[in-house]
Order: sequence, then C-alpha cells, then structure tokens
Amino acid sequence: MIEVRHLTKRFGSQTVLDGVNLRIECGESLVIIGRSGGGKSVLLKHLIGLLQPDAGAVLVDGQDITYMDERSLLQVRRKFGMLFQSAALFDSLSVAENVAFAFRNRRDLTPGEIARRVSEALELVDLPGIEHKRPAELSGGMRKRVGLARAIVYRPEILLYDEPTSGLDPIVADSIDQLIMRIRDCLRVTSVVVTHDMRSARRVGHRVAMLHEGRIYAVGSTEEIFASTDPVLRRFIDGISDPKHPDF
Amino acid sequence: MRPGCAWWTDWLCGLGRVALLAREAFGSLLRGRAGWRDVLYQIYFMGVKSQSVILITGAFTGMVLAAQTFFQFHKVKMDTATLAVVSVSMCSELGPVLTGLMVAGRVGAAIAAELGTMRVTEQIDALRTLATHPVDYLVVPRLLAAHIALPLLTAEAITVGIGAGYLVGVGLLGIDAAYAWHNMLRYTGAVDVIMGLIKAVIYGGIVALVGCYKGLNCGLGAEGVGRATTEAVVVASISILVANFFLTLGLTPLLTALGL
Repeated sequence: MIEVRHLTKRFGSQTVLDGVNLRIECGESLVIIGRSGGGKSVLLKHLIGLLQPDAGAVLVDGQDITYMDERSLLQVRRKFGMLFQSAALFDSLSVAENVAFAFRNRRDLTPGEIARRVSEALELVDLPGIEHKRPAELSGGMRKRVGLARAIVYRPEILLYDEPTSGLDPIVADSIDQLIMRIRDCLRVTSVVVTHDMRSARRVGHRVAMLHEGRIYAVGSTEEIFASTDPVLRRFIDGISDPKHPDF
Repeated sequence: MRPGCAWWTDWLCGLGRVALLAREAFGSLLRGRAGWRDVLYQIYFMGVKSQSVILITGAFTGMVLAAQTFFQFHKVKMDTATLAVVSVSMCSELGPVLTGLMVAGRVGAAIAAELGTMRVTEQIDALRTLATHPVDYLVVPRLLAAHIALPLLTAEAITVGIGAGYLVGVGLLGIDAAYAWHNMLRYTGAVDVIMGLIKAVIYGGIVALVGCYKGLNCGLGAEGVGRATTEAVVVASISILVANFFLTLGLTPLLTALGL
C-alpha cells in the first residue's frame, strides 16, 4: 500500500505539487490523469523515491521513504518496477542484458536460469527471440515492451507506468493497454498508470485520480469519474479547450 | 548575499559535491561493489583506445623537447646533458601532465557525454528503479579504470618521449650516444619516475570524477549535455594544471625525505 500525505514539490518558483493526498491499495490499478506538465510524472517519481518533496511524506507499506538515503531506498525499490515514458533502455546493452539487468548482482541465479527468466518476460510482452537486438534497432512500441519486460522480470509488487501509450499509434497503444491489463491480472501487481490517454485510462484503471493545479481534484472508480458531470473533469475527459482561457 | 559572491558559492558548492561523490565512490570501491567486467571494459576504453593519442603526444613532446634543449645547451657546450633534461622533464612533469590533459580531452569528455545522455534520457533514473546505485555502476568502474590506466599511459608516454628524444638527439642532432645515455641515467632518479606515476594516479581520479560529476549533474536537453562535456574537459584540464604545481611542491620534499 502506498500513501501520499500533503506532498508539495516546487521547481524554482513554480509549485508543481501543492499538498497532494492519495492512497493506493494493494492489488488495485490506479490511473492518474491530468494536463501535460501538471505534475503527474513528478508525483509518480515521488512514489519510488526518485524525487524528494519539499514537504509532505510518501509511505510504502507503512515505511516513510521521504527522506531515506539512496542506499536504503534501493531496498525499497526492489518492490517496484517502472516503465518510463521513453522506455529508458540502456543503449550500451542488448535487449537480453537490459531485461536481465536486475539480476546482475544475484549470485543465487545461474546464467541459464537468468536466460530462462528473460525469455519468459519477453514472451509475456509478445517479443520472443529478440534477446540479441540492440535498443537502437527497436521501434517505439517494441522499446516500451522491452522496458515493461525489464520492469516485470523480477516480479515486483508494484508497477509504475509513466505515459505508457504516448507517442504510439492507436493499434500499438491498444496492445500496450492489453499488456498492462494482462500483467495486472496475471502477476496480481499494484499498478499506477500516469496517462492523458482517456481510452487507456478507461480500460486499465480500477480507479482514476485527476491531478489538477497541483492537487488531486477528483478520485473515484473509473465508472464514476468517466460519468462525472463536473465541468473540469468533463473538459479534460472530452478534450475540450476553453477559448476564453486558452492555457497552452 | 552580494551578487559578486554568487560564482564563489557556486564553485564551492560544486567542489563540495565532487568531494561527496568521491567519498561515495571510494566507499563503494572499498566495499567491492564494482563489477570487474565493467572495470575491464573501462580500462580497455581508456587505455587501449587512447594509444594513438598518447603515442603521438609522447613522441612529439620528447622530440621537440630534445631539439629545443639541444639548441640552448649547444651554446654552452652542454650537448650531452640534453637527454637528461628530456628524461627528467618527461618523467616528473610533461609525461603525467600531457597524458592527463589528453585523457581529459578524450575520456573526460566521453564520460560526461555518456552519463549526461543517460541522465537526460532517464537511464540514470531507470538504474535507480532497478535497485542499482549509479555510483556503483557508473562512477566506480570509471574511477578505478582511470586510476589504473593513467599511470600505464603515462609510463608509455614517458618511454616513447625519451625514446623519440634520443632518436632526435643522437640520430639527428649528433649528440654522443654514450655520454647522453650516461648523463640521462645519472640525473634521472627513481624519485622522478615515482613522482610522475603518483601524479598520474591523481590525474586519473580528477578526470574520472570531474567527467562523472558533470555528466550526472548535467542540464536538460542536448544543450545541457554539450555544456557538461565542455565543462568536464575545461575543469579537469585546469584542475590537472593547478594540482601539478602543488603536487610538485609537496611530493619533491616528501619523496626526498623518504630517501628516494
């Protein structure tokens, strides 16, 4: 279980998160939606301790990780897997080496066992037999799938997805959504998905939270949020800009 | 705070952060967290791939030093001391400093660019999510490799420089080979060689630490990576030149007191 309490984050004079409160239960799939540049990815990075807040706290399974030092955080992060917006594959390593990265210091696993688990993870993301390829040889969708394989290969309890479908065509985006749902159901992980793709949000989330002006504006079940008549929510879900206040 | 103080505080903050990075890296090194395959690859990258640069730098420095020294010494009939000057200079000053500067240009820039690109493409964050400390995986192998590669490259530059100086002095300028060799051995002590190698170890640390620090803390985008790369080369080069003065001043009496 992850709990976010009064989280505040500023970059210079800009307040990106302004007292965010959020609770993510074990096994649920929470989608965080909100405008581009609204702090969704910043919030996600706080959940895994990649950023430190200016105020507030993040608790993972009751353990306050807010001001933990980097070495102690490494232990907490073993519970997490994360898919980055750009996949963030290591350029200098092959696909197999990328996926097996989490096992590089594991003395209890034989090379054969590691190869088997890498192969399994790649099959789960529908990319069997590409172990020898380099990240530069992969398409955007393939890179995201490999990033996902790297995040799930060590069976984490919590998976964080940062814009998993951004920059992908609708068909590839659909396959990524299906993959997220399959992983959620097969591995029974807690999933936190940051997206502004409404189709994806509707499909992969049990609950949806909307981040607006640095705060959680609304949170509820997917059905509730998508049926809401709140004007801010409706504008965002329906993708309608306000000609009187064009905020771009 | 007065506006004029800003760059001082920035500079001191940067120095403090490099010191913290060094502490973290040496702590990690002592606990054996570095992967030996990564260290070997970095030694290959820094050592083997720098061969042409070091050979050319060492050879031409030795040659021009021999020629210039000969032209001056010839006026006072001290031709046979030429090789001694070349040897002492190459061992204690020019060998380590020029090797350090060339490696700062080639390797320091490459480290800053690689780590900077990893930072802007979120690969460093990805490392952290995979429960890997960036210092263990990125900094320690480079630091250890630089500490090993720099003395080896320096020894190579010294040897090639003296050899090239000998060829120019004896082969081209007509210095008596026996006297030149005798004087070189007479005036070049173990202290010169040891001082050069100690300096090289320290310059290796400077190049690797500055490159890693600039890369890990680079600004966003291509501009940030470009700036980090330039700064890594400039800061490492200046640090080497400044450190060289203080090392010469400190090491000479120390090594003499140790009876070398």
